[in-house]
Amino acid sequence: MAQVTLKNVAKVYDKKIRAVEDVNIQITDGEFLVFVGPSGCGKSTTLRMIAGLEEISEGTISIGDHVVNDVHPKDRDIAMVFQNYALYPHMTVYKNMAFGLMLRKLPREKIDKLVRDAAKLLDIAHLLDRKPKALSGGQRQRVALGRAIVREPAVFLFDEPLSNLDAKLRATTRTELKKLHARLKTTTIYVTHDQIEAMTLGDRIVVMSDGRVQQIDTPLNVYKRPANRFVGAFVGATPMNFLEGILESADGRFFFVAGETARIALPAEFSSALADHIGNTLSLGFRPSAMREASPADPQDERITLRTILVEPLGKNADVSCEFPDGTHVLARIDAREDFPVNADVQFTLEMKHVHIFEPGEFGANLVHPPADILAPAAV
Amino acid sequence: MPNPPTPTRVKPSTLAKTLGRAVIVALLVLLALTFIFPFVWQILISLSALTDVDLLTQTGFPPALQPENFITIFQRVDLARYFFNSFFIAGWVTILQVITCSMAAYAFSRIQWPGRDKVFLLYLATLMVPAVVLMVPNFVVVLKLGMFDDYSGLILPSAFSAYGTFLLRQFMLTVPSSLDEAAAIDGASHWRIFTTIMLPLARPGIIVMAIFAFLFNYNSFFWPLIITKTANLRVLPVGLLQFESSYGQETPLIMAGSLLAMLPPIIIFLVLQKYLVKGIQLGAVKG
Ligand SMILES: Nc1ncnc2c1ncn2[C@@H]1O[C@H](COP(=O)(O)OP(=O)(O)O)[C@@H](O)[C@H]1O
Ligand SMILES: [Mg+2]
Repeated sequence: MAQVTLKNVAKVYDKKIRAVEDVNIQITDGEFLVFVGPSGCGKSTTLRMIAGLEEISEGTISIGDHVVNDVHPKDRDIAMVFQNYALYPHMTVYKNMAFGLMLRKLPREKIDKLVRDAAKLLDIAHLLDRKPKALSGGQRQRVALGRAIVREPAVFLFDEPLSNLDAKLRATTRTELKKLHARLKTTTIYVTHDQIEAMTLGDRIVVMSDGRVQQIDTPLNVYKRPANRFVGAFVGATPMNFLEGILESADGRFFFVAGETARIALPAEFSSALADHIGNTLSLGFRPSAMREASPADPQDERITLRTILVEPLGKNADVSCEFPDGTHVLARIDAREDFPVNADVQFTLEMKHVHIFEPGEFGANLVHPPADILAPAAV
Repeated sequence: MPNPPTPTRVKPSTLAKTLGRAVIVALLVLLALTFIFPFVWQILISLSALTDVDLLTQTGFPPALQPENFITIFQRVDLARYFFNSFFIAGWVTILQVITCSMAAYAFSRIQWPGRDKVFLLYLATLMVPAVVLMVPNFVVVLKLGMFDDYSGLILPSAFSAYGTFLLRQFMLTVPSSLDEAAAIDGASHWRIFTTIMLPLARPGIIVMAIFAFLFNYNSFFWPLIITKTANLRVLPVGLLQFESSYGQETPLIMAGSLLAMLPPIIIFLVLQKYLVKGIQLGAVKG
């Protein structure tokens, strides 16, 4: 059991490629922390620096109370599960799991007990004599997991361990990982590009892009209070809708004006946060679920009018593809109903408490619902 | 609806196929005969009397068979000793090369050290230098080290091979690096990773490399010729040279001797053929 601390960590490849920049994270003991971000954003590099497989170019990493920058991987008290599992092809499942213990010169009986206990826990006891070649993808994944847990390390490191499984197996394994963590309570650092995996597994999520940490927060906070436009767009099962426009003020109220297409009145709660941005170009972001069909009671200036193109019924809800007159695409998730008009102009209302306003640019900060304090560790 | 092809359309196409195959087989047979011809010729000569050799070119077959040639060669020279020497030297060279090349290949493919890839290029560059050019400097070194006319002088200069290193390095590059990383986290040192992970996984490559090394050194002629003078140290090709003198060549005996000398490589090839093919495929396509 250990906490892991990253301080101003950076990685420079070949003296010029800055793959990871200024990462500061405090991972508490027993926490399940998930790094998530698009491919190439530096997740694996960060994980590999924690593992000791990649030199730390700048900053320090501590595991427990020790700075491990110069500590060999085998002495960091970690275990890692690789995306391709990295099982030793010429060894049986038993030997794969026992290898690390044998190198640590544990007594034979102890090794045997550890391996068999772990195999039982993971339901692979009947596979111990097989070679990896004779296993299915899911079984290999379990063996890789088994090899990690027999070592009883202070920290588990996972690099996309589920991405080679099919969708169904991925979902069940996800649940099992979560259970396993609840049982072992070992500090876990998990890398994935799949935001659903991140949301479901993580006590906290680290959203990365371009080698930088964009937000560290609980899954719910990342979803509800994205630190910037990138996070808003990346996290969530359905992508966030964005409108580009200018902030105007009239009669003491603020309006978001997207050219000819929309003029949306903003609630009074936004005023203090937006006061400095009058006349600026900003973007308005809202998830499909923040939209509903307008009812007569909704104020006219909180509505937007969209042309509906396609309706996809999902059961309780329906996804409606719509367009503004200028062609900007918007997805709305509404309560399903039978006779929803397609190819018609329909008025929608935005639920303002779920609407975000970002500064311009891909990483424009969230002005109206910023994360409370992005560096606070989660209470565990 | 896809229609099943009608019989009338099938026939010409199968006919064309059969014809095509026949042409290919005929060409291959022709090619095989071309390759086999020198061997048949060699066998015929090895069974002829010296005086009949010239006749062979006209008749195509010796007037009288003389299989005693195969006994004569053992009586005239110490052929058994030459066999032993050839095996002994090629065997040791192979063992040493497997050790040195696999270790070097590991260092070139798995360990990061400054200037590694440049040094490797330098190694590759030595492959471009013809062996003849190195003959004299090597000779001087061996002489100075007191290894002239000794097994050590026959074995040690070939104990390392840039080609073998290259072959094994390429092979090792196909082993996913996550395997050694997992092993490193498991607590394995480089030596441990090399012996328990890399060597077993590189086995097909090592077998190929070993076969090449053995065959090449088993056949070597010029270096053993210049580095030895004692009769006891002669290898097969050098030993057979005794049937060639200023009075002329005893061609049937040379042919008989070299025929016997050729047997081991042929047997090795036949026995290990599947490794050779597999190894070459593995090396080329990725493990
Ligand atoms: N060994 C390397 N040499 C040079 N650049 C690398 C190396 N490994 C990764 N990179 C670069 O670093 C960046 C981050 O890579 P990585 O951490 O693997 O991303 P992720 O795991 O998030 O997909 C990428 O741009 C990648 O090209
Ligand atoms: Mg990665």
